[in-house]
Amino acid sequence: MSPPLVVRVEGLRVELGSGAPIVEEVSLEVHAGEVLGLVGESGSGKTTVALALLGYARPGCRITAGAVQVDGEGLTGRGEAALRSLRGRLVSYVPQDPGSALNPSLRVGAAIGDMVRAHAPGRNPGEAAFEALARVHLPGDRAFARRFPHQLSGGQQQRVTIATALVCEPPAVVMDEPTTGLDVVTQAHILEEVDRLRAESGLAVVYVSHDLAVVASIADRIAVMYAGRVVEEGPAAEILARPRHPYTRGLIASIPDHVVPRRLHGIPGVATGVGDRPRGCAFATRCLQRVARCDEEMPELEPASAGHLVRCFEWARTPALSLEEPVGTRHTSPGTEPLLAVEGLTAVHSSRAGTVVAAEDVSFALAPGECVALVGESGSGKTTIARCVAGLHVPAAGRIFLDGKPLAPKARARTREERRRVQIVFQNPYDSLNPRHRVGDSISRPARILRGLDRREAEAEVAALLGRVRLPAALATRFPGELSVGERQRVAIARALAAAPDLVVCDEITSALDVSVQAAVLELLAELRAELGLSLLFISHDLGVVASVADRVLVLERGIVCEEGPVGELLAAPAHEYTRRLVAAAPRLPEPVPTGGMS
Amino acid sequence: MTERLRFARTRTGAVGLALLLLVVGIALFGPFFAPNAPDAPIGIPLTGPAGDAPLGTDFLGRDVLSRVLWGGRSVLGLAGLATLLAYVGGATVGLVAGHARSLLDPVLMRGADVLLSFPALLFLLVLVTGVGASKATLVIGVAVVQAPLVARIVRAATLEQSVRGFVEAAVARGERASAILRREILPNIAAPIAADAPLRFTYSIILVASVNFLGLGLQPPAADWALIISENRSGFVLNPWVIFVPAALIALLTISANLVGDSIARTLGVSVGGRGRT
Repeated sequence: MSPPLVVRVEGLRVELGSGAPIVEEVSLEVHAGEVLGLVGESGSGKTTVALALLGYARPGCRITAGAVQVDGEGLTGRGEAALRSLRGRLVSYVPQDPGSALNPSLRVGAAIGDMVRAHAPGRNPGEAAFEALARVHLPGDRAFARRFPHQLSGGQQQRVTIATALVCEPPAVVMDEPTTGLDVVTQAHILEEVDRLRAESGLAVVYVSHDLAVVASIADRIAVMYAGRVVEEGPAAEILARPRHPYTRGLIASIPDHVVPRRLHGIPGVATGVGDRPRGCAFATRCLQRVARCDEEMPELEPASAGHLVRCFEWARTPALSLEEPVGTRHTSPGTEPLLAVEGLTAVHSSRAGTVVAAEDVSFALAPGECVALVGESGSGKTTIARCVAGLHVPAAGRIFLDGKPLAPKARARTREERRRVQIVFQNPYDSLNPRHRVGDSISRPARILRGLDRREAEAEVAALLGRVRLPAALATRFPGELSVGERQRVAIARALAAAPDLVVCDEITSALDVSVQAAVLELLAELRAELGLSLLFISHDLGVVASVADRVLVLERGIVCEEGPVGELLAAPAHEYTRRLVAAAPRLPEPVPTGGMS
Repeated sequence: MTERLRFARTRTGAVGLALLLLVVGIALFGPFFAPNAPDAPIGIPLTGPAGDAPLGTDFLGRDVLSRVLWGGRSVLGLAGLATLLAYVGGATVGLVAGHARSLLDPVLMRGADVLLSFPALLFLLVLVTGVGASKATLVIGVAVVQAPLVARIVRAATLEQSVRGFVEAAVARGERASAILRREILPNIAAPIAADAPLRFTYSIILVASVNFLGLGLQPPAADWALIISENRSGFVLNPWVIFVPAALIALLTISANLVGDSIARTLGVSVGGRGRT
């Protein structure tokens, strides 16, 4: 006998006030003790679905069709007051950012107690809070319950929100990107916790995430969303091993892996936004196996095998996943003079609150054409080192050499030639382009300032650079606000290339991007290295990304280099305790089962 | 352009803009329609409205309507000039202080705080008594009162922008500070400035009018709304129009400028309230 059905969603449709659908025709089922992973990139409607599971629609949105049932009780078509009494008792919610979800002026015990008072009036709020804290492996005592959220780490905060969600023992819980803001080690702990709770108490979990690798490690079933619809749904193992929808396949092919580095393939094109979805399949414009019918009608979900549904006319043609070696210009040229040498770099951040050492006695060298990655969790000092190299942060001690000549600490004090040779690309593409400047002006500025090109030469250069980062030349007259995130990051890369640099410092340049866009940007970087012989100093927290681009890697723990080596060897056999923890905690897709005929 | 004028499509913005244009129109073009010379007596002092003097006469028997039509230019001109001057000075200080990660920031801003700590009117009165009443003193005095407030707003906005990636990119390619402020930061802080400027202008009007009313700004026989109120205040009972009309025009000017400022702030999504406004 299969476990009872807990969550049932049937034909859900959520609209904007204008009538444009955000999600449509979403039907899901989750059984007791089961984790359903709801996966999609930004704008796919996954959070809208997650909130609809609580009968909630964000301001300006309405649930206009469909039914949501949890444990036999309907959550759609009820008044707000009725819903409020069901939420928390029947189904509860774990938000993405625990830092802003917890009331900073409420002690954690009181926060959990509020939930008990609202939904389980018979129980003693204090004792229930202790129990709930103990359940998520936090100290269930008075001292801990009296703490304020700011006295907890990010991981502890997220455990508290989970404890709050579970204190009234609802049969179902919705988790919306619960580990996205956390570092990998903490993320691994939270995932273990969720898995244990599900097994112990037969909880039905809907786990929403953009990260297929995270979902792969926890979900029994996976539903993939694209442009407001479920495009594929089925058992996790089957979807990951044999995706039938071209989008799912593209998504899997764009996820980097840190143990078996592979060639990444981005998905071309841009996802359609709410309001301009086509009549036919929304993925058609980005799809390699599109046929005439795809533009005309929306495919229905049809079974590809037992329990595996796919929304594609041509699903049978979707090729099997194939693993390719990365197009490695794996760089090993010992003996060459280093392009960049960092010696004994120590950097501090000082404020009124005190001084924090961000990097301590960091030394490394980067050969021409090489890509060196700095890896570490947030607060490990990797970005500060990048900023020192770019001349944006004055180190407290140590020296930086370019081609054997010492670089001045401040960019202004460096020669024009030195500034031209070292360029930086920033993490946040929303913030790195001046919203008041046209794309062309942003790109031509470094060419004019640092290379002394005149206006006409610079304009020609802009067109060439846009082509180089695979963008149409017509983009030059647009403003950044009109571009997608991926396009903006390409423009930021083009701006760095405009100086004809030797070294590009990439500071977490893919962390704000969706995984399919990230893969495309990483592909671009690999091509640029091959074409231009660029050297990269690549800053990232993501081991998979690092494995797919870097030649050598430095692992930073609280500002100190704890391990250094060629990327393949280091990740395959980490020597330092900290590296080992990082490698073990980083989520991975299961290794694809080799199918016949594939080398 | 449409984006910049979007505020005019809100109700507050449209009403404010219409009223503002009306009062500014009266001030600028009024003299062309004045039936009489502003400084020539035409009848018995302080009589009520009559055929050739629709708003009656003032304490010297001059035509109130003509004086009112002439009297807006000085209010508008002096307040406008003072506001402009306050922006040139205040914005420069604010930009430099907000972008400088050095001792310059606290030095400039504490200087601004010192200026702010004087009560505005008292400062103006001391200045006028010390230096002597003139248009230049008045304009500079009001500008000095306003500039620290402008500097604060501009500094806060600059601080917000100067940590953004595109500013850092400019720093990394070695741009001069002046180029960074002009090219990268100024265009991005135009919104809060645009929302704040009408409110600053309002405050300038009130200050200029107050000083003129106290007789320490413009001197008779100049026609000026505030001065008209001041010199006729004993005749209020005999001809109320001589007080009421210029007072209403000053009020209308400040209210409409405020409405415009509020609606700009709302449509641009910036908050100006509480950022060091008095």
